[in-house]
Amino acid sequence: MPPEAGSCFAASFAPALLDPSRRTPDVVTGPNGKAAGRRYDVYRNNVTVSLIDAIAAIYPAVQRITGTDFFRAMARLHVRSKPPTSPLLFEYGRDFPDFIAAYEHAQDLPWLVDVARLERAWLDAYHAADAAPLSPTRLVAVTPDRLADLVFIPHPAAHCLRSHYAAVTIFAANRDDAPVMRIDASAPEDALITRGELDVTVRRLPPGGAVFAHHLMSGRPLGEAAAAALEAASEFDLAANIAGLIEAGAFTSLCCGDPS
Amino acid sequence: MSTIKPAPPAALPLRFATPIGGVAGTSFKPEHRPAILEAKPRRGFFEVHAENYMGAGGPPHRALEAIRRDHPLSLHGVCMSIGGPRPLDKAHLARFRGLVARYQPALVSEHLAWSTHETSFFNDLLPLPYTEATLACVCDHIDQVQEAIRRPLLLENPSTYLAFRESSMRETEFIRAVAERTGCGLLLDVNNVFVSATNHGYSALDYLADFPLSRVAEIHLAGHAEQADDEGDLLLIDSHDGPVADAVWKLYEIVIRRRGPVPTLIEWDSKIPDWPVLQAEAAAAQAILDRHPSAMPAGDRHAA
Repeated sequence: MPPEAGSCFAASFAPALLDPSRRTPDVVTGPNGKAAGRRYDVYRNNVTVSLIDAIAAIYPAVQRITGTDFFRAMARLHVRSKPPTSPLLFEYGRDFPDFIAAYEHAQDLPWLVDVARLERAWLDAYHAADAAPLSPTRLVAVTPDRLADLVFIPHPAAHCLRSHYAAVTIFAANRDDAPVMRIDASAPEDALITRGELDVTVRRLPPGGAVFAHHLMSGRPLGEAAAAALEAASEFDLAANIAGLIEAGAFTSLCCGDPS
Repeated sequence: MSTIKPAPPAALPLRFATPIGGVAGTSFKPEHRPAILEAKPRRGFFEVHAENYMGAGGPPHRALEAIRRDHPLSLHGVCMSIGGPRPLDKAHLARFRGLVARYQPALVSEHLAWSTHETSFFNDLLPLPYTEATLACVCDHIDQVQEAIRRPLLLENPSTYLAFRESSMRETEFIRAVAERTGCGLLLDVNNVFVSATNHGYSALDYLADFPLSRVAEIHLAGHAEQADDEGDLLLIDSHDGPVADAVWKLYEIVIRRRGPVPTLIEWDSKIPDWPVLQAEAAAAQAILDRHPSAMPAGDRHAA
């Protein structure tokens, strides 16, 4: 690497890109000594607008709920304070849900944060590594005395999220342009995000399902996961839940954990 | 990254001869996928932005595999920051190399620009001064990329809106030196030439006359938008959001007449039209390519 290869030009050029209070860098110029203000502003605009667009592409339901003007004002503040650190824009915006949680003007929409978390998890599932899902026949082959010790390997795209609000219903109703019916936002919902053969799916989990799925996806054995789920919800249905998780493609394989 | 690491997918076999010759292609947009797959494979190629396919798996790779099965692919990197003073991002370079190995693209290109500084990624193609110091740095970066992908890279000329006071070389002079020192090929973006020439008040024809055309292995065409600078003069924006301008078509034909046919891409990245509209732009480029099956005998007057 050649030393000091013009390192000053980027250091002079970059800081004002996301900071409108800074002046046009004096290292640049228009042709024949013309001013460079509006010319530099093209870069400012490209950077800011493209990053806001990137946030909008990741959080379309949040944008639909808040409206475009509200969303873009909120996203503009976020991109200025937290520009991406990776050139992969689908990795961007991980801290946007926390930003929304602290954003003064979003406090009237307390469920917005969980909808945003769901959208971020949806995109992670979309880009996650490929892996064949666990075949239901594998479970049938396990002898009953080994069931409690079974450990499941989660699919790279599988993720579980809990909400105190109807985040899954609100998310699903706002991911396209279809009219939204009245939703009771106060009904708590848990989500299972998986990617089947074709695309990402977001399902609501039944009572106890999130505790169950969370335990299994953290590598806890089936018996322990079922006990925890039953404690969380007395109506927990083990057979339906395990079948539902496998059918959704939440796992890639299982092994009989050795209790010793 | 998952703890389960599947074996790296084998490179897909090529179904067509390389180099792909004087064909016109388009950017591949996922919304066009059904229309493309429904039609029979046709002459042409598709270009994708490498970064959109740098996820571990999922539908983007399904789509690219499907398109790649019947069409030559051009892999166009947007974020390598070759023109920046910082060392290249090793992880990003490894991802780029992985994509080249997996999809065996017919064309591989990147930009003479930068996009990352300190820890921030700015998601734009930012300009650089043309000096001996930046020349050495760009050459070093291109050497690294070419070593990683084990083939020549095509470097694209930028569209710019301003200049650096410290620049001591013309852009064409800089690009020629990069190509000679690194052995890289060039991607000539004719719209960028027109945009920059307008913005900096020089002649696009002079620029093209000074450009090392013999090294050009791909051409880009795109639409631009109009704004005004501080003095109220015309400032063109490389917006990729509409049809190719008439003046750019004229320059393109001049280039093809001199250079002979080269793979030509219609770039259309925002306000994306229906597939037939994009196809019609590619057909217009193909007609020009077909009118000039070989280069003018004089060829590139600066050819070595």
